[in-house]
Amino acid sequence: MSVARFWRKIPQRYNLIGTRCETCGTYFFPPRTFCPECRREGRIVDYRFPGKGKVVTHTVIRSASEQFEHLTPYVLAIIQLDEGPRFTAQVVAKPGEIEVGTRVRPVFRRIAADGESGVIHYGTKFVPVR
Amino acid sequence: MVGILTYGVYIPRYRIRVKEIARVWGANADEITGGLGVFEKSVPDMDEDTATIAVEAARYALARRKVDPEEIGAVYVGSESHPYAVKPTACTVGEAIGATPHMTAADYEFACKAGTAGIQTCMGLVQSGIVPLGLAIGSDVAQGAPGDALEYTAAAGGAAFLIGNRDPIALIHRTCSFTTDTPDFWRRAGQDYPRHGGRFTGDPGYFRHVQAAAKLLLSQVGAKPDDYTYAVFHQPNAKFPRRVAQLLGFTDAQIRPGLVVPHLGNTYSGSSMIGLAATLDVASAGDRIFVTSFGSGAGSDSFDIEVTDAIESPDLFQRAAAPSVEELLKDPVYLDYAQYAKHKGKIVMQI
Ligand SMILES: [Zn+2]
Repeated sequence: MSVARFWRKIPQRYNLIGTRCETCGTYFFPPRTFCPECRREGRIVDYRFPGKGKVVTHTVIRSASEQFEHLTPYVLAIIQLDEGPRFTAQVVAKPGEIEVGTRVRPVFRRIAADGESGVIHYGTKFVPVR
Repeated sequence: MVGILTYGVYIPRYRIRVKEIARVWGANADEITGGLGVFEKSVPDMDEDTATIAVEAARYALARRKVDPEEIGAVYVGSESHPYAVKPTACTVGEAIGATPHMTAADYEFACKAGTAGIQTCMGLVQSGIVPLGLAIGSDVAQGAPGDALEYTAAAGGAAFLIGNRDPIALIHRTCSFTTDTPDFWRRAGQDYPRHGGRFTGDPGYFRHVQAAAKLLLSQVGAKPDDYTYAVFHQPNAKFPRRVAQLLGFTDAQIRPGLVVPHLGNTYSGSSMIGLAATLDVASAGDRIFVTSFGSGAGSDSFDIEVTDAIESPDLFQRAAAPSVEELLKDPVYLDYAQYAKHKGKIVMQI
């Protein structure tokens, strides 16, 4: 990921800043600037998700790309936030510690780094609520 | 009057036992544990570093008290393990708690006392009216070279203290410092691991500076050790703080709640701050707390603290809204030395 692209996504990655359509009440994460339901009638505003949600489905990554190799095996899940949006995120848990429906909360972690000398990409992962 | 508005601590979930490290190096585990009074130390997860620990501690602090993050006008992160040599950890923390962009920020480095130096800076900024609130953090993922004496205790953790003057949960009546140029412990630029003066380090480093700063504060406020309910000293091991407390006239009972090192290790910039947090976890209104940090190189900061009614008024402060130090130390996951080496990036990978 380029430095510029990472920098633009900092609000989204650190603080789960998404959007909400005030016209129909739909929440968007990743953020959208256009509501597909309300189209030109939609009024889009920023929304900070508290990050509480649940695991919809999950898998264990045992063979990863070079950037994530040192983390294997790790859990990748589709998370559904309480406001509705679904997305893929890493869950900090041992394989077997989570199941479909497990409640999760966000934590601040190192996501990746651009080699030994490049920028460190921080962001949000999830942990089971204990 | 200036004081602590809220505080938070973060400790990673992983531990390694001192006896497991001793096994690898063929050392006598009982001798080492007996000598240090340390049984295990915290280890960061693969994706945790000083910045992530600082953010989690700061977020826990804000979970305990309703604060507008935009009022935080200063963020200081003290550490000897900042993830970047150039690029402040404090900016990442400020962004992650919503305090940017109208704030000043900087990273501090003073071995194990960089965090308490941040508290002093925030006190000055608040008392002079420059900022309404200042956040001081001590956070480290401490490094000890494999096989070195420091490896048995170098741990990971951090604490965040929000400093302000509106209804603090604890007043900071006074602070003072004692600083000299003493080469007891150092790490040169570009080196992965620190070095130390071995047996030289104790007397001219820790004991001289902690005692001098402590005595200076006691004389400045006209107090005696038994005027305090609790005392916290920097804890590179369990022996040093016990010994220095005794030399100064403090009792084992006074230092007990804040003596977290036996099952945590030395979290460097986090050490005395986590000790203070563990003490605040159990403190009641009216309790007086004496704190002296120590950083090699060398210096000590002393603080005279008095807990207020605000710590017990739920409208202002909710202690249970974030985990206590005792809770953070519960249910660890133990690693063997090979897993520990992977966590700490001590294994050189083929690229
Ligand atoms: Zn809509």
